[in-house]
Amino acid sequence: MNLFAEAFAWLFSPDRLTGSHPLPAAIGEHLFYTFVSVAIAALIAVPLGYLVGHTGKGRDLAVALAGAGRAVPSFGLIVLLVLVLGVTHKPLAAVITFVLLAVPSILAGAYSGLESIDRAVIDAGRATGMTEWQIFRRIEVPLGLPLLVAGMRSAVLQVVATVTLAAYVGLGGLGYYIIQGVPLRRYDQILGGALAVTILALVLDGVFALLERLAVPPGAPRQSRKSSRREIQTREEMEQIEHYPVEQSN
Amino acid sequence: MSARKKKVGIAFAAAASGIVLALTGCSSSDPLDEPSVTAQAGSIVVGSQAYYSNEIVAEIYAQALEANGFTVERKFNIGQRDAYIPSLESGEVQLFPEYTGNLLQFYDATTTATTTDDVYAALQTALPDGLVALEQSSATDQDSYNVTADFAATYNLESLADLANVDVPLTLGGAPELEERPYGPTGLKELYGLDVGFSATGDTTVEDLVAGTVNIANVYSADPRIQTENLVTLADPEGLFLASNVVPIANADIADSVADVINAVSAALTPEGLVALNVQSTDDQMSTPDIAAAWLEANGLN
Repeated sequence: MNLFAEAFAWLFSPDRLTGSHPLPAAIGEHLFYTFVSVAIAALIAVPLGYLVGHTGKGRDLAVALAGAGRAVPSFGLIVLLVLVLGVTHKPLAAVITFVLLAVPSILAGAYSGLESIDRAVIDAGRATGMTEWQIFRRIEVPLGLPLLVAGMRSAVLQVVATVTLAAYVGLGGLGYYIIQGVPLRRYDQILGGALAVTILALVLDGVFALLERLAVPPGAPRQSRKSSRREIQTREEMEQIEHYPVEQSN
Repeated sequence: MSARKKKVGIAFAAAASGIVLALTGCSSSDPLDEPSVTAQAGSIVVGSQAYYSNEIVAEIYAQALEANGFTVERKFNIGQRDAYIPSLESGEVQLFPEYTGNLLQFYDATTTATTTDDVYAALQTALPDGLVALEQSSATDQDSYNVTADFAATYNLESLADLANVDVPLTLGGAPELEERPYGPTGLKELYGLDVGFSATGDTTVEDLVAGTVNIANVYSADPRIQTENLVTLADPEGLFLASNVVPIANADIADSVADVINAVSAALTPEGLVALNVQSTDDQMSTPDIAAAWLEANGLN
């Protein structure tokens, strides 16, 4: 525990506000790379996931892609991309790596969100004369939102942990303390940096857990928790149909 | 519905197994995870850093010992100093090619020795009881500050002291830890009065120097790219860097028995010879055992 005490002492030392890598700046860099990467990944994966989820086409490909994508070793990729793109494009190489890491989770969230909607709800919408666009806009997007946000949550978590690698190619962030600390044998610094990443990840996860709750449309069952998803089958799905505004406005 | 959920489950399972695969990939490439074989009687365990040039020297030691009837076990690529020193001190690894200055600084961070002989003498005092420094070779592989030939010509640079005349901001590139090393930005300020910025360029330091994202780069003096990339190594009149000659570090138990063989290797290893060995690895893509065998053959030590 002594090491933890030292790490916290390091983390909260006034020295962290000065020097060439002040902690607030490192957190800023870390968050910058996390959000830029997840945002770009969302721009790619959400439309693609919705297309797959709405049409049901290309589903197997999306599943395979999502599975395989997560196995891409980020460390190798970032170094490879820096060498391929050239050292003047390090931020680009880093963002591409993180985007590739974030896409699978968001893609899976987007299409599984649409797929998890009971076909009866969609059929009901179609029966009331909704156009495909209206079905998509008013049924699929709101009902699929909790799973999409869950996908984003898992993407953010993976990316915020992996942005640590940005420091390896000289882009700063919280990983710098870890990567610099190892050869210097400054264990308080290494653990302090790791704790900072952990805290940041927990905070972001908490924020997204909240967003996930807020994303559930009124009347729809909460299906954000993994444990409840499998248990809730017929009863709540029936409720979902009964309470859904489209059904009521009919 | 449940079938769909199962498919989603399969997607997550596939993703999870992907992560597991990635993790096992990491662990199997970790040399410290290999089943450890305890040193057998009569066999010498030779180790090396995770640095190709160091591994070549270690392979030369190994082959020289084998040529003289020793049984050798190789534990190469054991990471950096912090990772392997404990194994060396415990006797798990018995013979290791090291660098006098860097090793001295590891054991004595406040050392004031900078010349080759002073460093070697100080190292012998600083080493723990169980370790012995055999004869050092004339080959050096030490930190050095380099600039591009163009940059050197523009500002007429020959030594670190000349950098004071440069009128653009100076940025030093190197491994992240260089920022905190005594010979890093602090040392440049103290000994040469230079104010330099720092960029953690890590593995791409030479590429960064050539691309211009930094204008001074820390490159090991035996790096072939100093020649192939046309870099200029700046002289160090104030002794910022410690001399760092290749030196065999042996476990005290085996030091006497291997001394003759290994000291002969050290005597034959020259600075130019070390660069040539490195070139065979980086440019000619020769395998480490082949490079070592050819060198021993050429030096009549096999």
